[in-house]
Formats: sequence, structure tokens, C-alpha cells
Amino acid sequence: MTTLAPNNLVYDRPEGFTETPTHYCPGCTHGVAHRLIAEVLEEMNLIPRTIGVAPVGCAVFAYNYFDTDFVEAPHGRAPAMATGIKRVLPDRIVFTYQGDGDLASIGMGEIVHAAARGENLTVIFINNANFGMTGGQMAPTTLPGMKTTSSPNGRDVETQGYPIRMAEMLATLDGVGYCVRRSLHDPKNIRLAKKAIRMAFETQARGLGFSMVELLSTCPTNWGMTPVSSLKFVEEHMMPAYPLGDYKVGAAVATIKI
Amino acid sequence: MSKELWKGNEAIAEAAVRAGLQAYFGYPITPQTEILEYLSRRMPELGRAFVQAESELGAINMVYGAACTGSRVMSSSSSPGVSLMMEGLSYIAGTEVPAVLVNVMRGGPGLGNIAPAQSDYNQAVHGGGHGDYPRIVLAPASVQEAIDLMGLSFDLAEKYRMICMVILDGSVGQMMEPAEMPEMKPIVDRKFEWATNGAIDRERRILSSIYINPPAEEVANFRLGKRWQEVQANEVRYKEYFLDDAEFVIVGFGTAGRVALSAVRTARSEGIKVGLLRPITVSPYPYEVIDQLAGRVSGFLVTEMNMGQMYDDVRLAVRGRVPVEFYGRTGGVVPFPDEILGEIHRIAAGHWSREADPRVSWQTRMADVISEK
Repeated sequence: MTTLAPNNLVYDRPEGFTETPTHYCPGCTHGVAHRLIAEVLEEMNLIPRTIGVAPVGCAVFAYNYFDTDFVEAPHGRAPAMATGIKRVLPDRIVFTYQGDGDLASIGMGEIVHAAARGENLTVIFINNANFGMTGGQMAPTTLPGMKTTSSPNGRDVETQGYPIRMAEMLATLDGVGYCVRRSLHDPKNIRLAKKAIRMAFETQARGLGFSMVELLSTCPTNWGMTPVSSLKFVEEHMMPAYPLGDYKVGAAVATIKI
Repeated sequence: MSKELWKGNEAIAEAAVRAGLQAYFGYPITPQTEILEYLSRRMPELGRAFVQAESELGAINMVYGAACTGSRVMSSSSSPGVSLMMEGLSYIAGTEVPAVLVNVMRGGPGLGNIAPAQSDYNQAVHGGGHGDYPRIVLAPASVQEAIDLMGLSFDLAEKYRMICMVILDGSVGQMMEPAEMPEMKPIVDRKFEWATNGAIDRERRILSSIYINPPAEEVANFRLGKRWQEVQANEVRYKEYFLDDAEFVIVGFGTAGRVALSAVRTARSEGIKVGLLRPITVSPYPYEVIDQLAGRVSGFLVTEMNMGQMYDDVRLAVRGRVPVEFYGRTGGVVPFPDEILGEIHRIAAGHWSREADPRVSWQTRMADVISEK
């Protein structure tokens, strides 16, 4: 194997990662989201101080990939577990990594109240419009008309309700310091997503309240699309329903320069 | 320290504080709310963590998170709230982290009422959460005993990396009694080699209840099973009264045991040779002492504030050698000593029930007292 000289090395495993290969499907953006978090933790020198909370969902094994202490929460309860950790160890950095079934369906109570209490936590929220791990069922975030294994004729809003916009909803709460939505569908947006993740961890490190980055993500396997058409789907169908934007940037957070 | 007048719930809260409680997470529900209220004042004044959670689900998962850091942590609730916590209890058990949960039991099922009951015995001792998991369950019968068991509950939970539940009926929680508090213990960093408290100058750690490979889960369940055998061998606790020459024995825990003691004392003054066994650990259960007693007494009477739940454990230990009678009140009704005394008189006169399940004749006997009309 050729060893690259450091000045020629343009891409390497971030220190925040272990050497375990991820189990994610080809074309899934979980790996991108993981990498952005690992890069941010490395850049902020937070790896030894960080405790992650994994969800139930496709990212259930996230603890295998990050080189930090990790716990594995019951479905939807990651914000409650993170609250317990942060309250006894306020000088540690605590983050949850949750999908839309976990956070917006079964865990709605936990996420809303963690945000309302202004818990100094960072939440990375993966919105891919379905329950991935169980095989692509309808999630609260599934788009109207979108076919899933539990909305086989397309989500009928008359009987199955409407999508929930979590970033907009949580941004109404006074305990929230930073709450934005980004997308992982192209390099430019991935860079913007990383900056947002950095801001979220900066918010926590400064004790400025609850922070969440919602990331529009792909699920090629369950969407029945190629990776490329999945990325297009995010841009053409997810983004109009879930507009990217800064829904809450607290006054003190807005002064952070990174 | 001298005795002071303490309300059960507040005494439990202060005893936990003095045992080094670092974090409390709870939710209001009668009849345990004073624990939450007391700690909402006490914990912040000591610079310790207190959160009123959004639900019992939230509370138990906060406990789970804090327990993973190796902190002394507890929650408390009453029957319907404890039902909601069963998810978290199973995860805590599967992750092998120590935590204490107090259940101040009320009448059920469902919303039931807020009066004292013992009808969560099976949930605490035999079931509740999903999966194979052991748990230690302590059952105090007085405010003083509740105080003493709080300190023990944390020690046992940490020693065995296991849930320790303290179950008491609402009357012990609400009653005021003279009691002595232990000295305040300092908070100690126990430096558990499993705690996920940040990988500073050490290898990272993971805490999880996942064993995706079935043989690995089987290994984990055997590890818990082996640990449970240690608990059974070393941690059984009970109190015995007048057992030395007893011809028959009453078995009751918590308040039912305490009420039975009054009846036993009266019966003794009448010359009836009846004794009382009051389990303090209902899990691990004192099977062995009942097994031994079954070899020399003519029978047992189990008294509970439920439809006969611990009854099955007594019968398991007795193994059909002698009759096991049952007398209970349920739904939030507390028996009077005279009711137990009446049963003692019936048994002393030789009227043992003959059917396979004496809970049937008990229900028949109660027909005059308990009626739908």
C-alpha cells in the first residue's frame, strides 16, 4: 500500500471516528452526517469530553463508529437519557443522533420537553421521510402522496395526517438556542450542514441552550431509487416541503464566530 | 441523632439525599408526590441535579442516562407511573447499570385510586418490563425501615449493577412516625470501570442493552442469572416474630405484615401459638425460611393488600406440604387487625380450607363484606 505524504493527503478518516466500517446502505447520507459530526468534534477538541446517545433506527449502531463514549437509548428517549447525563456531568458535551421515527414519532414528548427546558444538548436530526430500519414505513415526516410500506397507495393526508416540520416547531420554544435545517444532497449543502453542526456544538459548549440541526437525508433502499435519483428527490421534493433555513439563532449564538 | 417526626415520603427523600443521591428525576403522582416536592427544594440547595420530567417515560430515561455515568440516581412514582417506567427498567437491567426506583403503591388496576395497596407486587417481583432480568425489591413496613432501606438500596444496586426497587404502600408514604435519620454521607466518585462519563485519559466505553447476536444475548442473560444467584445467596432479608414455638405462621410484607403483627400479638395474649414472617426483600424472596418452617408448622396464612400475589411465592416454598390460607383486602382498602385476628381464630379452631386454591374460599367468605350492591 502506498503511503501518501501529508501534503498530498486530501481525505482521511477523522480522529472522531473508529476504524469500524459503517453498515449503512450504499448512497445513504447517514455516513456523511456521521463524518461531519466527527470532523466538528475533532476541530473543537471535544472528542474525550463527548458522550453520544444513539437512537433506535438505522443509526442504532452509531456507537460503533464514533471514537467517544456512547450510550444506546430506547426508541425516542435519547433526549431524556442525554438530559440525565448532562445534568450530572454539565462540563461534558452530550449529543443525540436521531432519525425521524425516533425523534418526531415515538420520541416527540422527549424532544419537545428537552428543548423547552433549554437542556444544553446538541441534537442531530436525520429526516429521510421514513422509518428506515424496519423497512421503510411511513414516518411523521413522510411527504403527502409518498408511497411507503405502510402507506402503499401514498400517504393520504385525510386519514394519515400531515408531515411535521420539527425545526420550525422547536424554534418556537424559548429554551432553544440554535435550531436550523440543512440538507445533505450536494457538496455545497454538505459544507453548510457542517457549519451548522459546528454552530450547534458551539452553542452547547457555551451553555447557550438547546441546539438542533435537522438534516434532509436520503434513503435510496426504502425509497426504491438509485443514490443519484435520491439526491434529486431531496432537492426537488423534500426541500419544498422542508425549507432549509435558520429557524432560531439566539442573540448570543448569533455573535459566535467560527 | 435523635428521633424526629418524619412523613414517610419526605423521610425517603432525605434518606436518599444522605446516602449520596446525585440526581433525581420524577413526575408528580399521588401518593408519592412529596418525594418529588421535597427533592425539588433539597437537591438544588445542595448543588445536585433535580428535574421534573415531562412524563414517567422521560423520568426513567433520565435516570437511565445518569446511571450510565456511574452517579447515584433515583426516581419515584406510584403504580400507574411505574407501569410507564417499565420500558426504562428493562433497558437499565439489560445495560447492567445501577438505579433505584421507589414505588409508593396505590389501588389499581388502571387509574384505580390513591389509597394504599400492594397490588404491584407481581409487577415488581416477577415481571413488568420485557426480557429476562432480575431485580432487587425491598418492602419497608415503617418510616424508619424505609429510611434504613434507602441507603441499602443504593449499595445493593451498585454492588450487583442492578435495579433496586423499594415498594411501599401509600400508607407508609403518607404516615408520620418518629424516626432517626442517618448521618449525611459525602458524595463519592466510585470510579466504576464501566461508566460512560467521557473518555478522558482512558479508552472509550459503550453502554448498551443490544446483543444483536442471539448467542451473545444468551451469554448476557446467563451472566445476569449467575449474578442473581449471588443475590439470592447473600441478600435475603426478613423479620420474624414469635416463630420459635409457632404452630402456624402468617406471612405478610409491608403494611399488611405490620397489621398482621398487631393481630398476632393479640392472639398470643389469648394463648394462640401463631407467628409472623415479614419478608423485607420480596426479591430475592425468603423461600428457604418458609421451606424450613413448612417442615414443622401446621400451615400458613398469607395476608396481603391485593388479590393474593405473594401468595404464589409462599406456596412455591411450601410445596404442598401444609395448607396455605389467604386473607387480603384490595383496591386501596387496608385490613384492620381484627380481620386478621378473625382468620387466626378460624385457623386455630382447625378450619383449614381444603380446596386447591384457598383464595376461592376467601372470596366466598368476603361476600358479606364486599358486594357489588
